[in-house]
Amino acid sequence: MNSRTDILGRMRAQLGRTTENGAAGERDIDAYLTARPRGPLAAMEGDLVACFEAASLALNSSVERLGTVDVVPAAVARYLTARQLSLAAAIWPRLAHLAWAASGMAVDARAANGDDLVGITGVFCAVAETGTLLLCGAPDAPATVSLLPETHIAIVDSTRIVTDMEAAWTLLRKEMSELPSTVNFISGPSRTGDIEQTLVLGAHGPYRVHILIVEDA
Amino acid sequence: MRVESMHFKARATKAVADGALQAKLTAARGLFVEGRRRAVEQVDFEALREAGAAIRQRTLDHLDLWLERFEREATRRGAEVLWAKDGDEICRLVVELAKRHGVTKAIKSKSMLSEEAGLNAALEAAGVQPVETDLGEYILQINDNEPPSHIIAPVIHKTKEEVAALFERVHQTPRKTEIAEMTREARERLRPHFLSAEMGISGGNFLVAETGSVALVTNEGNGRMVTTLPKLHVVITGIEKVIPTLEDLATLMRLLPRSATGQTISNYFSVLTGTRGGGESDGAVHRVFILVDNGRVGLIGSEFQDMLRCIRCGACMNHCPVYQTVGGHSYGWVYPGPMGSVLTPLFVGLENALDLPQAATLCNQCGVVCPVKIPLPDLLRKLRQKQTERGLRPWRERAALRMWAWLAVHPRWYALTAALIARSLKLLAGRRGRIRHLPLMNGWSAGRDLPASQGRTFRELYATRDGGTGSSP
Repeated sequence: MNSRTDILGRMRAQLGRTTENGAAGERDIDAYLTARPRGPLAAMEGDLVACFEAASLALNSSVERLGTVDVVPAAVARYLTARQLSLAAAIWPRLAHLAWAASGMAVDARAANGDDLVGITGVFCAVAETGTLLLCGAPDAPATVSLLPETHIAIVDSTRIVTDMEAAWTLLRKEMSELPSTVNFISGPSRTGDIEQTLVLGAHGPYRVHILIVEDA
Repeated sequence: MRVESMHFKARATKAVADGALQAKLTAARGLFVEGRRRAVEQVDFEALREAGAAIRQRTLDHLDLWLERFEREATRRGAEVLWAKDGDEICRLVVELAKRHGVTKAIKSKSMLSEEAGLNAALEAAGVQPVETDLGEYILQINDNEPPSHIIAPVIHKTKEEVAALFERVHQTPRKTEIAEMTREARERLRPHFLSAEMGISGGNFLVAETGSVALVTNEGNGRMVTTLPKLHVVITGIEKVIPTLEDLATLMRLLPRSATGQTISNYFSVLTGTRGGGESDGAVHRVFILVDNGRVGLIGSEFQDMLRCIRCGACMNHCPVYQTVGGHSYGWVYPGPMGSVLTPLFVGLENALDLPQAATLCNQCGVVCPVKIPLPDLLRKLRQKQTERGLRPWRERAALRMWAWLAVHPRWYALTAALIARSLKLLAGRRGRIRHLPLMNGWSAGRDLPASQGRTFRELYATRDGGTGSSP
C-alpha cells in the first residue's frame, strides 16, 4: 500500500468517514470556498497613504512622497548619492521605460544576481495596516530584484495602497485570473534577532528598503 | 533526531544550576513576553484567537477532504505532491529527489519536520551537502549539529561571545565583537551557497487548499532565497498545516507574528504556488510537497486532536515558568515547552518521555496565550492520566497513592498516621523549625526546605476549637 492510501485511509477510519458524510463534507467545503469569509479586521483610521507611511517607518523602511512618476529616477539617484551607494541597479523590466540614464543611473532590466547592490521594483499593491509591499513574480517583474541586492527601492502608486491583506487578496482576485506562482509580502529590510535576541537589519536580504510613494502615477 | 526526553530530570537539574543559561533565559523571557503583550493590544486579539482556532478546527474536522483539495489544486498548478508516513520516508523521498535532479548541495530554511526526520544526516550519507541558512540554525549546524533549544529562536541558549568564538574557529576569521558583524559574516558565508545550491528545502507555515499554495514566513529572507533561487524546491510539512483560503491566511497572519516575536508582521511572507510561469527568469521550476504523518494521523479524532491546531509560534514556551527555568534542551527532542510536552509523548511514545507531561505547573499561562486556543494544561493532564492507566508512573508514586487511597477510606487509621507524621516532622525539624532533608523524598528537599509542622493534626486542632465543640473523629 502506498503512503498516500495508507495515511488517508487511517485518517478516514479515525474520522468515521462514510459516503454520506463525505458528500456533506464536500458540500461544506464548496460553500466555504465560495463564501471565503473574512476574520476580524484591524481598525484603520485616517488616510490610507498616511497609515501606510507610518507603518512602513515603524518597520525601518524609509519613505519619500513624489508628485509624479517622471521624477522617480531623479529621486532614486538622489537617495543613492546621499548615502554613497551605487548608481548601478538591477531593475524590473516593467520599469525600464523611465528616463533612468538622464538621472545618472545605470540600470539593467533583468533578474538580480548576487553582485547587484541596488534593486528597483514596483509593487502589485501595498498594505496600509502593516506597511507591507506586495510583489507578484512575472517575466517583467523578477522576484530576485527585491531580494538579492543590499538596497531595495520600491515604487508605490498611491492609489494601489489598500487597507489590509484581505483587501490585497480581493484586488488580486479581481485583476488576475489565478494566483501568480510567486507572491511576496515584504515589510521592511531583512532582519534577524537570533543572536541574543538583538535586532540586526540586513540578515540575508536587503539592508535597507526605500519606498517612493507616487501620488499621480 | 534522537529522542532524549528520558533524560529530562538530569538535564533540567543541570540547566537550573547553569548561571549563564539562567541569565539568557531571563533576558529572552522579558523580550518575548513584553513584545507579545504590546503587539496584541493593537487588535481585538481575543476575537482573532477565536477565529484562528475555528479556521484550524475547520480543516481538522474534514482533513482528508481538505488535503485532497489541496493536492488537486497544487498538482493542477504544476507541483508534485508526495506523502510520507514517517521520518525515514521523508529522508528516502528527499534523497531520491536529490539523486533524480543531480543535487550536490541543498540549502534549507528552518523546517522542524526535517529535525524530526534527521534529514541532514540522511542527505550527508547520500553525498548531498545540507546547508542550514536560518542564522540560528546555521550556528547550530557548524557547532557539530547541536540541537535547537527553541522553535523560533534556536540559539537562545548562546551568548554572542560563544557565537564569536565559534565563528573564529570554524570560519578561520578574526574574532568579532558586535552582533551586526557576526550577522554580516554569516551572510557572506551563506550567500555563495544560496547561489550555487541545486535544491531548496523549506518547511511550510500553512498550506492553502483553495490555491494549492505554501505560505512561508521568515524575517531574514532566507526562506525567500531557498524557495526562489534553486530550480528544485521541496516543501516538507505536516498534514495538519492545511487551511482553507487566502482570507484565512490573512487572519492567521495577524496571530502568528504577534504571538511569536511580538511583530505586527514578519518581514517576509511568501505565498508560493505551482512552478515558475512561462517567460519567468526566477522561481522554482520543480516544486515538490511532502505531506507528512509521523504520528499526526493518530491524533485525528482523538482526545488530543486540539494539539493539531498548533501553528508553531512558540508563545507557550515563552510564557511557561518551567521552560523559562530549564530551557529547551532539557526536553530532549524537537519541540520544547508545553507544546513539546504534549507532542513529544504523542509522537515518540508515552514511555519514552515520561517526565514531560509532569514538567508543567498547569498554571495555564500557555493556554491563555495560545493563538489557536489549544487547552494545553488539559492535554497535559490527560497524558498524566494515560501514564497512570498504563502503569507508567514510578513504583514509589504508585505505592504512595495506593496507601493514601486506603487511608482515605479508613478514618481511624488516617488520624493515627497523620498524627504520627505530624509529630515525626516536628521532631525531625528540631529547633530550626525547618526540614533540610526529607526521607524518601530527597529529590523534593534537594532544592528547598520544608517548614516543619506544629506537631498536631488539623483534626486535633479542630477538636479543641471553641472548647471542643467540633465533632471528634
